Amino acid sequence: MSDEFQIKNLNAFYGSKQALKNINLDISEKTITALIGPSGCGKSTFIRCLNRMNDLVKSFHLEGDILYQGTDLYSGKWDVIDIRDKIGMVFQKPNPFPKSIRENITFGLKIRGMKDRNILEHITEQSLKKAAIWDEVKDRLNDHALSLSGGQQQRLCIARTLAVQPQVILFDEPCSALDPISTAKIEELMLEIKKDFTIIIVTHNMQQAARVSDQSGFFLLGELIEMGKTQDIFTNPHDKRTEDYITGRFG
Amino acid sequence: MILLRSRSLVREKCVEGALFLSALLSIFTTLGIISILIFETYEFFKKVSIFDFLTDRQWTPMFVDKHFGILSLFAGTFLTTLIAMVVAIPIGLICAVFLSEYASNRMRTYVKPILEILAAVPTVVYGYFALLFVTPLLQKLIPDLAGFNALSPGIVMGIMIIPIISSLSEDAMHAVPMSLREGAYALGATRLQVALRVVLPAALSGITASLILGISRAIGETMIVAVAAGQQPRLTLNPLVPIETVTAYIVQVSLGDTPAGTIEYQTIFATGMSLFGVTFLLNILSYKLKKKFREAYE
Amino acid sequence: MNEKQRVNRKKLNKSLDKLFLILGFSVTLLALGILLTLILDIVQDGWGRLNLDFLTHFPSRKPQEAGILSAWVGTLWIMTLTSVIAFPLGVMAGIYLEEYAPQNRITNLIEINIANLAGVPSIIYGLLGLGLFVRFMHMGRSVISGGATLALLILPMIILSTREALRAVPFSIREAAYAIGATKWQTVRHQVLPSALPGIMTGTILAMSRAIGETAPLIMIGALTYIAFLPAPPLQSQFPFLHLNGLFDPFTVLPIQIFNWVSRPQKGFFEDAAAGIIILLGIAFLMNAVAIFLRTRYQKKIRW
Repeated sequence: MSDEFQIKNLNAFYGSKQALKNINLDISEKTITALIGPSGCGKSTFIRCLNRMNDLVKSFHLEGDILYQGTDLYSGKWDVIDIRDKIGMVFQKPNPFPKSIRENITFGLKIRGMKDRNILEHITEQSLKKAAIWDEVKDRLNDHALSLSGGQQQRLCIARTLAVQPQVILFDEPCSALDPISTAKIEELMLEIKKDFTIIIVTHNMQQAARVSDQSGFFLLGELIEMGKTQDIFTNPHDKRTEDYITGRFG
Repeated sequence: MILLRSRSLVREKCVEGALFLSALLSIFTTLGIISILIFETYEFFKKVSIFDFLTDRQWTPMFVDKHFGILSLFAGTFLTTLIAMVVAIPIGLICAVFLSEYASNRMRTYVKPILEILAAVPTVVYGYFALLFVTPLLQKLIPDLAGFNALSPGIVMGIMIIPIISSLSEDAMHAVPMSLREGAYALGATRLQVALRVVLPAALSGITASLILGISRAIGETMIVAVAAGQQPRLTLNPLVPIETVTAYIVQVSLGDTPAGTIEYQTIFATGMSLFGVTFLLNILSYKLKKKFREAYE
Repeated sequence: MNEKQRVNRKKLNKSLDKLFLILGFSVTLLALGILLTLILDIVQDGWGRLNLDFLTHFPSRKPQEAGILSAWVGTLWIMTLTSVIAFPLGVMAGIYLEEYAPQNRITNLIEINIANLAGVPSIIYGLLGLGLFVRFMHMGRSVISGGATLALLILPMIILSTREALRAVPFSIREAAYAIGATKWQTVRHQVLPSALPGIMTGTILAMSRAIGETAPLIMIGALTYIAFLPAPPLQSQFPFLHLNGLFDPFTVLPIQIFNWVSRPQKGFFEDAAAGIIILLGIAFLMNAVAIFLRTRYQKKIRW
């Protein structure tokens, strides 16, 4: 297994406020990495550095290196559009486009210049199947996406991400707005697609991290306190603060 | 993902450039206004001294004995604006407080758009209303009132401005956080006390912005006064006699056949320049106040 | 303050509160009453003159024979041109300011400038049109000069409502598009703009309803008050069928025709004016109603 991401001495700022302090970490391909920590600890900021979503925030800037497949994402070598082509993202609140279910899937393909009806049709079906929502929507692909339930909307957003075939998928607290059954479906789905994608998930739900991830990182106040195999982190944390957090002494 | 990209950096840049140019057009509009006004005004002041323009008490550019005292026109503008604001400010503010603090949500959603229709009525229609309805009505109360006067168009202008003040002030009051009101209610204050002592002060900059915008509208209003106020520039504050405003004068000249280059032609740009200057200052003031209010509450 | 004073004070406060409720209600009613009076007065004055001949006749020296044919045709020309010019430019400028503009001094300047332009008296736009289009660009006292002048007049309104509509589109939609690799323009063009379109249309229709009643700027650029012919029609029977010669013809519009009639001493023309006003108000109110309908309908339909 080779390293997909190598992060070296990463510092990030919103204006003068430092959001991430000296983060160092490696992430291997085709694994699930969970990032946990209390809200405001910087885990969302971190994950948004990986597909340069933070570029949209005007006051944001960062120092240090984020190597993706050996090349720095923030050096001029990567075009931001190409990065998002390889690194997809699923957000905290389901955010389908206010259009039909079908158009939600095909948008990413159409903007890449794909016009062939049959291919579009095929990829739509494949992605919806992979996202485990095909059976629920196959008869109403032209319905408005906002007519779906929250859990279905989130799986549609995952399907939309799968359709453009990225190599990495970032999940930013994907289940925090969902009920337990939808959550279970999405976790199952993650384990299912892990063989094809590198997955990084931010979550405040420790059980979720324990259930799905191979390795876990604990963030606190902008620092990466501890990083290791999920099993180790949850059963035998090295740092006192990690232990306090996972045993529920603060959070 | 196989890339069949139709995207190209060049296209993105072209689009952005075109959008930027459209936005820049507004700057060119202002530059266009200013340069045309300055150009003709400059020609005007070659023939008439600024001192006479600002101090002469008569405005008679069409007569043989020409006088160019803009004070007479500004007196008309001032008078009609004053009357309009005397009508619009109390009514507009009372409506705003009523709608924001007293009326039910349902009532507000119906009444506000209907009130706003008052601002959507074309001004020439208000001119008709002032000349043929309000003036005859007022003449029954004030026998001395001339057929053309400042009072009637002033009042009608005020009616037109009511929704500008009521809607924008109501928006400002509505934006005042509920928690501020709750604090006062918890101390046993009545709705009126909350409205006057908590909400009004908190929304003051927003309300002031709406008042200034109303004044600016009144100063620039043209058709109501052109129809109903008369065409006799005079330095007076008597609302019962015919007067002429800056705007009505400009219309009067344009209705005639005035060749470019003549002094009459240039007067409309010189007076227009003064008008633009005054409303410009008011608009900027209103903008700054509104921005200040927004930063405080939104 | 003793107990009795406090009770009295409390009573006073309560009655003041009630008093204001009554005052506020009556004043609001008064404002609505004035609107009703205005409409009734005009309908009463003009209803008798309203018939098909009124729409199909040119103005005349005899009040009973006068009509608004040249006026409404002119209004149609001007409105079409105004929207064709102002809509794309206004929406594009709105998109730039809301989605693209960096936070710098040029952007700041443009914003203040637009706020000011929205408050510049319409008669000043008339002076601009006269100096720029009629004289400097030699477009004459024509339909195209009028359309361009009114387009500049309503441009700030369209820009401001475009920005407002774009701002109402949730940021998450933009994030979603960016996250699957859309460029900025693809995001705006395919996701943000369609969602904002009802709001933009509402603002544009409201701006147009204001333009349709504008009188002063068109008087400035020399729209005629008496005109007994029409601009050359854009569709003709000879090749190439679409002719734009009409653009350079002189014209009048409905509000100017009304103004002309109001300015006459004969009473008969006042009735013509009132009848013209009924039609003008009818169109303006209809546009407002459509705008409000669009707004409420789409506010209900799209919820995020």
